[in-house]
Amino acid sequence: MSDQEQQPTDAPEPRGAGLEQPEIEHRPRWRETLSVLMSNRLAAVGLVVLVVMVVTAILGHRLAPYALDAQDLTRRFDPPSADHWFGTDDLGQDVFSRVVIGARSSLLVAGVSVGISMVVGTLLGLLAGYRGGWMDSTLMRTMDVLFAFPVVLLAIALVAVFGPSLRNTMLAIAVVFTPIFARVVRGSVLSVREQLYVRAVRSLGAGDLRIVLRHVLPNVAAPVLVQTSLSLAFAILTEAALSYVGVGVQPPTPAWGSMLSDAQRYMAQGWWLSVFPGLAIFVTVMSFNLLGDGLRDALDPQQRSIIEARGAGAKDGDA
Amino acid sequence: MSGYVLRRVGQSLLALLGVSIVVFALMHLVPGDPIRTALGTRFDQDVYEVLLARSGLDQPIPIQYVDWLTSALVGDLGVSFRTGQPVSDALMQRLPATALLAVAALLVGIVIALPAGIVSAVRQGKPVDYAANGFAQVGVSVPDFWYGILLILVFAQILGWLPPSGYTSPLDDPVDALRRLILPAVTAGVVTGAILTRFVRSSVLEAMSADHVRLARAKGMPSGYVLRHHVLRNAWIPIITVSGLQLGTLLGGIVVVEVVFAWNGLGRLALDAVVRRDYPVLQGAVLLIAGVFLLINLLVDLVYAKLDPRIAAS
Amino acid sequence: MMSEAPVLSVRDLEVSFATKRGVARVVRGVSYEVAAGETLAIVGESGSGKSVSTLALTKLIPIPPGRVTGQALLGDDDLVPLSERQLLEYRGTRVGYVFQDPMTSLNPVHTIGRQLTEHTRYHLGLSESQARERAVELLEQVGIPAAESRLDDHPHQFSGGMRQRVVIAIGLACDPDVLIADEATTALDVTTQAQILDLVRRLQRERGMAVVWITHDLGVVAGIADRVLVMYAGEVVEQAGVDTLFDLPRHPYTVGLLESLPVLGDLERRDLTAIPGLPPPPTHLPEGCAFHPRCAFRHDERCATERPPLTEVAPGHSIRSFYAVPEEAARAASTAARLPEPGSDRTTDPEGRDDARSGRT
Repeated sequence: MSDQEQQPTDAPEPRGAGLEQPEIEHRPRWRETLSVLMSNRLAAVGLVVLVVMVVTAILGHRLAPYALDAQDLTRRFDPPSADHWFGTDDLGQDVFSRVVIGARSSLLVAGVSVGISMVVGTLLGLLAGYRGGWMDSTLMRTMDVLFAFPVVLLAIALVAVFGPSLRNTMLAIAVVFTPIFARVVRGSVLSVREQLYVRAVRSLGAGDLRIVLRHVLPNVAAPVLVQTSLSLAFAILTEAALSYVGVGVQPPTPAWGSMLSDAQRYMAQGWWLSVFPGLAIFVTVMSFNLLGDGLRDALDPQQRSIIEARGAGAKDGDA
Repeated sequence: MSGYVLRRVGQSLLALLGVSIVVFALMHLVPGDPIRTALGTRFDQDVYEVLLARSGLDQPIPIQYVDWLTSALVGDLGVSFRTGQPVSDALMQRLPATALLAVAALLVGIVIALPAGIVSAVRQGKPVDYAANGFAQVGVSVPDFWYGILLILVFAQILGWLPPSGYTSPLDDPVDALRRLILPAVTAGVVTGAILTRFVRSSVLEAMSADHVRLARAKGMPSGYVLRHHVLRNAWIPIITVSGLQLGTLLGGIVVVEVVFAWNGLGRLALDAVVRRDYPVLQGAVLLIAGVFLLINLLVDLVYAKLDPRIAAS
Repeated sequence: MMSEAPVLSVRDLEVSFATKRGVARVVRGVSYEVAAGETLAIVGESGSGKSVSTLALTKLIPIPPGRVTGQALLGDDDLVPLSERQLLEYRGTRVGYVFQDPMTSLNPVHTIGRQLTEHTRYHLGLSESQARERAVELLEQVGIPAAESRLDDHPHQFSGGMRQRVVIAIGLACDPDVLIADEATTALDVTTQAQILDLVRRLQRERGMAVVWITHDLGVVAGIADRVLVMYAGEVVEQAGVDTLFDLPRHPYTVGLLESLPVLGDLERRDLTAIPGLPPPPTHLPEGCAFHPRCAFRHDERCATERPPLTEVAPGHSIRSFYAVPEEAARAASTAARLPEPGSDRTTDPEGRDDARSGRT
């Protein structure tokens, strides 16, 4: 072999001058994700809307132009005007103020319930996927059973048993959403567990806890994040539906769903009563969906949306 | 094949057993004494004791469960705390209305989703695709009851074309039944259509990217032929599967739509039972809906196995 | 070798794709000719543009975002300006394709018979029974036993090797002038691979077909090719008769490829040498010679600034490099590929290879 040829092999130049990969790899992963996410205009809009919504929910009363109990019976069913942007209702209350204050119940219920189901579902999914065996089949069969109940109906039944209240609404939605997280996490764990590097780490004697924390959890973080955003959208819809049928957030706390229930009663008196609370639900749900889809594209293109996952879920579970 | 059928049927029965346990447990999770709670201010010691004996709530819990389950298997779900009517009668009275609405909504959804999904996959990245995606995104984000209220506002309140609510059996008055069916079916159908549009689009896209589609094109087959025989023929299988599953989802999911349109189906029955604390009726309704959901899933899977020769062979 | 008029003559073929990261120039000015009865092998790593350059001939790539320019003469007809509709008369009938993965190249929901007859019925106007007769004939030719009884089977009832035979039968069904085989044996085990190579050679002789064989496997090249095109980053970097290419490769990239082959029965003689680095992404090609960042023979600034033309170093042998590899270095590198039986490659089964080489050396 001539020296000429051996030299470059001994002192390799891994990447040529014209190649552009290196600097990307030095950036932290979340920053890259964020930049991909922000380059997705729809997801960026969703995020901005959500930030506005969260601020609204936190400031609530302070942002609303009228107090929650401000009634003006001389101005019932006023159409939208400069004084009352979204008009007034049957008691002469300002609809805009009620929509603003109602953001709190919606986001609070969605946030807490999805938070609970994310933590519990992730733990169950980790346990099932990582332990395998009877633990896996028992847990997943249980989740299948929960999956067999229609979401809203199960939530209604749970609320019926424990009584309607803000706390029970949260718990009911949390129970209903837990299996979704358990499935998503279990699926990711199963694929990570068999990866060569995880098997290698295990054969080197690493403990289970260490493997889960260092290797498995980071890999399930992306699908869980995507699922969280999509679940928040679905949870807001569920809370609104429960409040609409009267088993969710109870009066006098204003909630978008129960406002629509009243609105339907006074439909002949004012269209604005039906339009604005629903629009608030729609915009919030859509923003979570856009953000979720954007996250999925940025993190993990293979993930399906929550609704597709739920639709196909029963089938996957049986395979 | 038969092994697969047996295994699948076994799984469904197991899930049904689990469902029955959950449904049974629900009543026992009610804080306090459910019959006392149900009777509330109309409490009467004699009525109480009759109901207690007939509900078997004075027995130990495992015995209660076995009794309840064996009765349920022969169609006896107990009697309503409120009306004394057998629960199974009440359910059977309401089931046709819910089934009609669910099937109609599924049809609306399919009629929307098939063309929208296929066209948007074939014209990927074109304006049609963006329009279909936009529709799907809006459709899954709109609360169905709000959308129903808006439809009532426009088509009943403002235009006066259709009745705002109520259910008529098609056996009594087909024309009125159809007029009353349109708005609720469209309400539930649009949401289903949005979910299915996304799914049809992704199934068709996936089928289009298959190697055998490239080979079909390389054989010089015209694009319409390739689309029909090599793309759609393969995409049907998942599309039929998910459409079937949607029917199950719809059955349980149209509770709220039933409330919007005062549609006398199972969902309203269950909800009224909640309000009146009529636990046997609630139990029965939830059990029936979940059972039908499992049954539909089972049937869909068996059809799926029939359609895909690879599963049939294994 | 080039005594006959070429069946397929490709001139300055360029294929590019509009992507989010810029225009990907996947095939850059590729020219070649294939005559009836001749086999041209196109060799390169994945991403070198070898597959796309042949798919683009009949626009089997998505357009847009793809764009094809240049000339692709099939007989007297230039395929490049033709519409999708016009191309239907060439695809399958005059240009047959065989693709890589036999597990996915057949539609799982249709029978083998259906997939073997739909294009003969469409293009040749055969009736159903005629088309089935033809299908049986083809299956027999590609060596499928009890062909008639298997027409109504589904693909999952066939083994991988059998499926690839079916795919070849589909490619041959309309008697094409040119058969394009894209990694047609890559997914198969070595014994089956040898049988398939043998089969294609036999059918080619019988029909006087031109064959373009795309592969990254130099063992296969040695087994089947008359002439070889080596592609790198969308360009032809070396073009020679098969013996010349293995005996005296002159482009640094080709030499590097040969050196990276292990040699069976000769493992102790020399170390394997991998080419350092990675091929450039087609959206960001380097200035000058596309190979210079990885080249062991890079001499001066010229390599980094000026794109070398394809120049002839001997009759019928051209390279795209300012500096040819010195002959003795080239010979040393080629020893591997010529010993002990020239077709050695990573997975060589000597018997299979012998089989594959039979009738050539």
